[in-house]
Amino acid sequence: MRQLAVRAVQIAVPVALVALWYLATTRWGVSRILLPNPVDAARALGHVLATGEYVDDLRVTLTELAIAFAISVGAGITLGYLFSRSSFRIRVFDPLLSAIYSVPLILFLPLYVLWFGLGPASKIALGATISFFPIALSTIAGFGRVEPMMVTAARSMGASDLQLFRFVLLPAAFPVIIAGARLGFTVALLSIIGSETLASLAGLGHKIVELSEGMEMPRMFAYIAFVVAIAAILNIAVSRLEAWGRRHT
Amino acid sequence: MGAAAHMTSLAGRFLTKTAIARLAVIALMLAVWEIAARGFVDPLFLAPPSRVVAGLGTVFATNGVPAAVGITLVELVVAFALSVAIGLSVGLALGLFDFPRRSFMPMVLLVYGMPQITILPLFVLYFGIGPASKIAFGVTHGMFPIIVTVVAGVQNVKPILLTSARAMGASFWQQFRYVVFPHMIPVFFTGMRLGMTGVLLGVLLAELYVSTAGIGYFTTLFTQNFDPTKLLGLVGTLAAMAIVLNAIMRRLEMRFARWRD
Repeated sequence: MRQLAVRAVQIAVPVALVALWYLATTRWGVSRILLPNPVDAARALGHVLATGEYVDDLRVTLTELAIAFAISVGAGITLGYLFSRSSFRIRVFDPLLSAIYSVPLILFLPLYVLWFGLGPASKIALGATISFFPIALSTIAGFGRVEPMMVTAARSMGASDLQLFRFVLLPAAFPVIIAGARLGFTVALLSIIGSETLASLAGLGHKIVELSEGMEMPRMFAYIAFVVAIAAILNIAVSRLEAWGRRHT
Repeated sequence: MGAAAHMTSLAGRFLTKTAIARLAVIALMLAVWEIAARGFVDPLFLAPPSRVVAGLGTVFATNGVPAAVGITLVELVVAFALSVAIGLSVGLALGLFDFPRRSFMPMVLLVYGMPQITILPLFVLYFGIGPASKIAFGVTHGMFPIIVTVVAGVQNVKPILLTSARAMGASFWQQFRYVVFPHMIPVFFTGMRLGMTGVLLGVLLAELYVSTAGIGYFTTLFTQNFDPTKLLGLVGTLAAMAIVLNAIMRRLEMRFARWRD
């Protein structure tokens, strides 16, 4: 009974919001320049999806994301591993990385635009910079917290460096590292869409701004819904991958 | 302990091997930056750190920059205050009462998970290009982590404590004041810290998107003028501001988490 009431509220609230939205645009005279009719927005979304006009911008954004993520995973895991090789190095580098990570790094976007221009390069650089930190920090945490006993045991049984890495260090650190990689992916996605919104020539974030500046409200809302959906799909896919990776170590 | 002994013990505490190595890493990075900027990189794109520091004065002498930093600080403070007020009241309403929590918490988490950056142009359309849109965008970034942590904090109170308080005849208000509230404080400060991170992000995103008088205006101006000295000075100042704000929140968090130990 109670569960039913909860469900009822969860359905009623979004329905009521859409109804209010509809009434606001049709009856209460809210300007269409500020708020498009929900029916128009839905129709625009259908049109965007049917014509496939989103393909170019989607390709730009996903390419930037893929390159940025590849760079930050490569650099983050390599440097994270090197920084985790002794407790002294961890004590030196971990606080430094955490301190930089606590700065809103989006501040560097103007610098990156100055260095790399308005094209994809500045987005890739920013996405890679921002997602580098969670990946490097979790790599340090992962390798840094391997039980010293396990390492000693493996060594005393005559494990080589490679064997130690492959059979002791990596399995112990892997779950922590992929958790960091998932966080890094989400952060990279957000910073790439964000930097496209702030200063760019192409990409999904840029498309939303372009439509907003052209006051094409129904299409703008359609693109917002589209980008939110893409982000959700990507995040769910990455969470699945993480769960899969966790099971297979 | 004498003053001198105190000083040496202080020095001993801060000048450990680790701290020296950390400073050496920072010095090395600054040196690489300095050499690269002086010898290898076009001065239109990069200024050496020595010149950036020396040029800080001229950044703040630029007409409008002190006011812009002031406006951005005001935006941060107002957005943070609103985030805390909204986050605390919504968080308590959802945390203390079962039915609203089970109904609305999934919706809150869903909205929290959405990339808010996609609706930044709407904020500018609705709230204008002045401080209002920055404050609003800061609030939507800051309130969700506070709501989520406050709900979690209220939920974390051990049921046995509430049951025994009730058994001793505590009213709803007394249960809140003497059981829930003290337990919530450490989590609340964690929420405030996360909220501050969110507010900084939201306000800075909105500033960088469009700005007429805040720091976003000047970062764009310095970028377009190819003036890396001033740009680095301004960005560095803002980064320092962010570090200080975060450090304050972290101190508060640690201070208020202490009572339980």
